[in-house]
Amino acid sequence: MRKNFSLFFVVAGLFMLILGAFIGCLSSLVYIIPDFLKEYIPFNQLRPMHITSVISWIILTATGGVYFYLGRVEKIKLYSTKLATVHFIIFIVIAFGIAGSYLTNQMGGREYLVFNPLLMLPILLGWFLFAVNYFKSVVNTIKNWPVYLWMWAVGIIFMMFHLSESNFWIFDHFRDDYIRDVTVQWKSYGSFVGSWNMLVYGTAMFLMTKIRNDVNIARGRTTFFFFFLGLTNLMFGWAHHTYIIPTLPWVRYVAYGISMTEWIIFIKIVYSWSKSLTKKDKQEYSMVYRFILASDFWVFVNLVMALLMSIPALNYFSHGTHITVAHSMGTTIGINTCVLFASVSFIVTKVNGKEMFNRSKKIVFYLFNLSLLIFWVALIAMGVFKIIWEANNPDGQVGVMHAESSTYYAIFIVAGSLLFICIFLIAYPMIKALIPHCKYALMPAVVQREIDHIKKAQES
Amino acid sequence: MSMLVSVFTIYNVIIYTQESASSVLTMSPYALAGEQLWQKNNCAACHQIYGLGGYLGPDLTNVISQEYKGPEYVKYFVNSGTKSMPKFNFSEGEKEQLVAFLIHVDNTGYYPNKDAEFGKDGWVEIEYK
Repeated sequence: MRKNFSLFFVVAGLFMLILGAFIGCLSSLVYIIPDFLKEYIPFNQLRPMHITSVISWIILTATGGVYFYLGRVEKIKLYSTKLATVHFIIFIVIAFGIAGSYLTNQMGGREYLVFNPLLMLPILLGWFLFAVNYFKSVVNTIKNWPVYLWMWAVGIIFMMFHLSESNFWIFDHFRDDYIRDVTVQWKSYGSFVGSWNMLVYGTAMFLMTKIRNDVNIARGRTTFFFFFLGLTNLMFGWAHHTYIIPTLPWVRYVAYGISMTEWIIFIKIVYSWSKSLTKKDKQEYSMVYRFILASDFWVFVNLVMALLMSIPALNYFSHGTHITVAHSMGTTIGINTCVLFASVSFIVTKVNGKEMFNRSKKIVFYLFNLSLLIFWVALIAMGVFKIIWEANNPDGQVGVMHAESSTYYAIFIVAGSLLFICIFLIAYPMIKALIPHCKYALMPAVVQREIDHIKKAQES
Repeated sequence: MSMLVSVFTIYNVIIYTQESASSVLTMSPYALAGEQLWQKNNCAACHQIYGLGGYLGPDLTNVISQEYKGPEYVKYFVNSGTKSMPKFNFSEGEKEQLVAFLIHVDNTGYYPNKDAEFGKDGWVEIEYK
């Protein structure tokens, strides 16, 4: 297992993606069939399963990517493959623990991290092992770090901090003051997302430098300016989640100012990069290139959305509606998932020696983006409908609003189902391509036989 | 980098220790028990407080002080359920705890903040309780 342990993270991540997307489809049906599965797995148990699975996809795949890129691409000797293996085992055991916590209705956590807070301790241990392995491997090995090494480092450190912070509510000091408590809670969630974004954007930067074969694009001044801007947003830019909560005004002022700086430089970097690619680069890694370019489009539309939502006067209306969901879906699927699909495509190309690309995959790629676009627009339409409906019916019943929104819900569900099918059609072949390498990892004799076979073939 | 981390540390200390803008007292043990029930049953999957949470049910920030709603309304709904909401089997004491939690939340502020004032620069001055 040791040599290919990074692939275990990636394969587990792909499984979580398929599972999370499937549960998301099931959950969405509640909007048109209110008692759907109510007697078996009610919505208060289904929703966290969906959220946790999808977050696991992002974290496991980004983590697997970091391990893979360090060991197999950068050729850095990992400090300890044993630690990495323990890290993987901890995460998998905890995944089962969390699933059990949801299925048996033994929750007790809070939104995003609804599972029993005790399960956070081994999760933090897993991140700590990752941090030890990462820093021991990289520090003193590489001088003049390219930006992606900084992004991964910051992502790991801040992930540990904000995961801990998200559980500060267990202390009386926070819990006794509801406004302070809810402020710190949403501060931690905003920065938690910022932390995984650091891991994912670091992956995007890494892929760009490798495809272009030019590490200088990850060492430029503009690139580092972007990195610091992203880091500043991670630290201070969370409060637009809580504009409407009666926190002290200065907290909201700071967030407003910082939010306005978001992501602009990133667009510039990706745009400059895509323009400077040669045709050969594009052909060699066509799937990687396409997914990175798709994430570029989603960065652009979500940037516009984030900037608008960060204006308090617009946030006042969009807050608490599906417009917020459109933003989170646009970023987690459009940006994070596209970058991670690019990452997995790159990994598959590396381990298989050839790109997995054909005409049908190209069609699925376009269908994936089209269904996401319809899904995203439907969510915005649902949000706008709610704003108008509530303005016209200040004392109206939510059930009536849901009934009147049924057309938007139907579009949202159909587009969501199509999106799930596309995700499956992209992710499943990736799993199929990687599983044999995982099998070899578990059977060293088979690996040796393969190596001997390749050597013989090369000699002859 | 070290400057940014220093500013971040100071900022965190202020956020963690600042007093709320609302004049509400700390949560009573009864309300804390109600919040625990809220979390254990993941009510936030469907309901919102200050617009944060799920989208299936209504926002409950001011359900206690809303016209035609209030403590009895809450108590009735939690154990009767609706078409999409499961029937919970709360004891009378648990229902009181949940209501105590919602009374506390209601006292912290308004949502939606209907009397908020909009500035020309995009700023919104919210009304505090």
